[in-house]
Amino acid sequence: MKRLLLLAAFAAAQAPAADWNIPTLFAELARARPERAAFVEKKYISILDRPVESSGELAFTPPDRMEKVTLKPKPERVTVDRETVTLERNGKRQSLRLRENPAVAVLVESVRGTLAGDLAALSRTYSIALAGDRAAWRITLRPLDPSLGTLVERVEVAGAQARVGIVEIFQADGDRSVMALSPLAR
Amino acid sequence: MAARAPAIVLWLLLLALCGVQIANSRFVADLSSFLPAAPTEQQRLLVDQLRDGAISRVMLVGISGGDAGARADTSRALAARLRQDPRFASVANGAPGDFGRERDIVLAQRYVLSPNVTPQRFEVEGLRAAIAETLDLLASPAGLVLKSLVARDPTGETLAVAEALRRAENPNAVEGVWATPDGSEAVLVMRTRAAGSDTEAQAAAWAALEATYRELAAGKALTLVVTGPGVFSAKARAMIEHDVQRLALVSLAIVVTVLLLVYRSALAIALGLLPVLSGGIVGIAAVSLGFGVVHGITLGFGTTLIGEAVDYSIYLFVQSEHAGDENWVKRFWPTIRLGVLTSIAGFSALVFSGLPGLAQLGVYSITGLVVAAAVTRFVLPQLLPAGFRVRDVSGLGRVLVRVAATAARARWIVPALAAAAIVVLATHRATLWEPQISALNPIVDSDRQADVRLRASLGASDARHMIAVHGATVEESLAAAEKVTATLDGLVGAGRLAGYESPSRYLPSQATQQARRESLPGAAVLRERLRQALAGSPLRAERLEPFITDVEAARSSPPLTRESLAGTAFEQAIEGMLFRDPQGRWTAMIGLRPDAGSRIDLPAVAGAIAAAGVGSAVLIDLKAEIDNLYSGYFERALAMSAAGLGVIVLLLAGALRSPARVLRVMAPLVAGVLVVAAWHALAGTRLSLLHLIALLLVIAIGSNYALFFDRAATVQDHNAARTLASLALANFTTVASFGALSLSSIPVLHAIGSTVAVGAFITLAFAAMLSGAGIQFAHGHNQNAHDPPDGR
Repeated sequence: MKRLLLLAAFAAAQAPAADWNIPTLFAELARARPERAAFVEKKYISILDRPVESSGELAFTPPDRMEKVTLKPKPERVTVDRETVTLERNGKRQSLRLRENPAVAVLVESVRGTLAGDLAALSRTYSIALAGDRAAWRITLRPLDPSLGTLVERVEVAGAQARVGIVEIFQADGDRSVMALSPLAR
Repeated sequence: MAARAPAIVLWLLLLALCGVQIANSRFVADLSSFLPAAPTEQQRLLVDQLRDGAISRVMLVGISGGDAGARADTSRALAARLRQDPRFASVANGAPGDFGRERDIVLAQRYVLSPNVTPQRFEVEGLRAAIAETLDLLASPAGLVLKSLVARDPTGETLAVAEALRRAENPNAVEGVWATPDGSEAVLVMRTRAAGSDTEAQAAAWAALEATYRELAAGKALTLVVTGPGVFSAKARAMIEHDVQRLALVSLAIVVTVLLLVYRSALAIALGLLPVLSGGIVGIAAVSLGFGVVHGITLGFGTTLIGEAVDYSIYLFVQSEHAGDENWVKRFWPTIRLGVLTSIAGFSALVFSGLPGLAQLGVYSITGLVVAAAVTRFVLPQLLPAGFRVRDVSGLGRVLVRVAATAARARWIVPALAAAAIVVLATHRATLWEPQISALNPIVDSDRQADVRLRASLGASDARHMIAVHGATVEESLAAAEKVTATLDGLVGAGRLAGYESPSRYLPSQATQQARRESLPGAAVLRERLRQALAGSPLRAERLEPFITDVEAARSSPPLTRESLAGTAFEQAIEGMLFRDPQGRWTAMIGLRPDAGSRIDLPAVAGAIAAAGVGSAVLIDLKAEIDNLYSGYFERALAMSAAGLGVIVLLLAGALRSPARVLRVMAPLVAGVLVVAAWHALAGTRLSLLHLIALLLVIAIGSNYALFFDRAATVQDHNAARTLASLALANFTTVASFGALSLSSIPVLHAIGSTVAVGAFITLAFAAMLSGAGIQFAHGHNQNAHDPPDGR
């Protein structure tokens, strides 16, 4: 995990190769198979002295289904299926629609859109910048809609080849979360 | 001639007075009149709920067809428009609305609303546990919205209140609005301001909804369906109005046509209808006086009066030798009078049925018949111009006499049919009676199914099982509700009940509010406890000063009252669950929610109620209660019908003074009733309370015919053919008018119409066959009348 991070940071400093650009990266991501990864997420919140940490599994099934199962600290399951986000916690279910909850959508789509390699969908919501090379890349997504910018300042996704390694969300109030992914055997 | 003026003056005066009364009458059409006037307190509560309660105000809307986007857009546009309409108290379609005020109330009142607030929660340990829970939540995606609240509400009371008030099961949503589980239909729920029993207002709200929809959905291939008690009432009223007009016209047209063919005189028809119209006018006035309102169905039933009451003038015209024939009165009046009395006995069963709607029909019919008979007897003969004579129908009569004589030879058919009918009834006895009151409901099946489908997709409390508690004040009823919900919480925890809805969630009793406020520690104490609880936590106590400020404010905040919720969605929610009954008592209703697809564990709930020790708490199963109510009335109607039958037999015995003659009159009637009942059984129609009463009417009406045959059997009638013709004519008009009633789509009218039409014909046929009157009639034409003492 650490190595991946370092790699990504190192790669970011380099200019992307001429024959390797956003469309080629996304084309590669789009060819990816269904994936399962372990995640560790740290949230840095200003009111807290230390980040809160959660971990579990993230699964993606092309083209648009994503499931995040948290095991620690509290079992919880978030399913994103097309337009619907369902949260299950303490035996209760709650669903919402992305279309009515742009703040949620901006978070969900950044991860799902990247995993799916859906450049067209992402370009509708974000401005996209790419750094690094195929072995270690980092894309920065900034919401196009200024009203969403008051919530999420930017999302940074880093990875290697067709695999996403880190998703970092920077909130406008200075809080941020870092989710590191490591592939699980299928 | 001396008596002429007073009778006519009296008659005209009566009509004028009745006209004034009718002009000032209120006409209604809501079907709650056909809900029983509940005798017990519990049932009264139930009927009140159905009539005016929250349940009665719900309108469900389904939009199908087109594509999901078009349905959702229309749902949103419709909701937005109708929220501006003062006729609707609330419109919900699942799209997030502006609940700013509600959010403010939850936030400001969280320490009196949250069920988690106890003294322990604000001790060191309690604070530690509650805050740890909140930090865990911050790690979750759900924590995003919570983050900004942590400093003010680290124990998560806002979320606890929101959870308690949230619908347990979110309905399925497609394109952001509620939809049926298969997603093919967008669903909206509205509540009208007007009560469900205010059919006028319900119809107006419904019309506004439809008009707005048409405007919004113009050019889209969408279909709208609207259901709910108020809509059903409005539809029923429209059906009743439509049927009443149509049936009255059909019935009148048939009767007038037949009479025209027979009489060939417009004057005779005009005069012949005078008793009918007089009876109708006085009947409506009597109902208006007695009940305060006149039901549309009563007017519809009025058509039957055309058929029955026109009989009297038929007898007068056809049987009279010549205008002003005093002999007619002498010879036939006693028989007619006895027939009127037996009819009254029959209709009395309606009066005492216990259903206000049916009682109206009874009062209307009895008054109408008495007036029609009296007008025929005292007014009509004096209005007939000199030399008035209807066409001689002796020719028709002679044909009928021959038919009757032939039929009489096959009189064995009557007992044979009666015996067969008994066998049919015996073999069908398990499915003979209709146990459901819904059989009286005129709502078509497709509407009922749409209602069930829309309700199911909302997954709301099943609105079937509820617990009612009472108190002299709002506070008492809320306190009682809290005692009950405290034990229900045990069931919910044990998984034996999915949940419940109680007004005390929105408005805790003052005692509970006070207890919660007293659970809150003072600022200095809380600060110290937080310091201990948060040792080693990523959240430092110093950051929670906003929390300490809020708690301090909550300790001395004014109580939350009904008034402070005015104008919010909470007020609307409470309105249906906490109300004042006509006796001035407060009732709180706790709605129970079963797990999806399962039934409520009633014994467990009953146990929980008993454990709560609230004397006034009653568990109500809405559907079972209504069915009980109905079956109680069914038994009562059975008893009333039996009593009516008894009175008829007594009347006959008193008038005829001969058991043999009573038997002769009753035999065709009983056989007729058996055959009609068997016919219903064979046709698969279950007999309802109304069929029962209709069968009694068959006896009451049939007795008129049987009495004439009885008279013919004992008296030498010198113009028997004419008498038989008058009977056939009278029977035909009765069958025609009740037959018209059977065309009605309203179950109440259809049941009575079909039963009486068939029954009246069969009893006449049976009476003719059994009496052997053919012979009597045939041989009596050259002798003078010689009356026996039938009826003084």
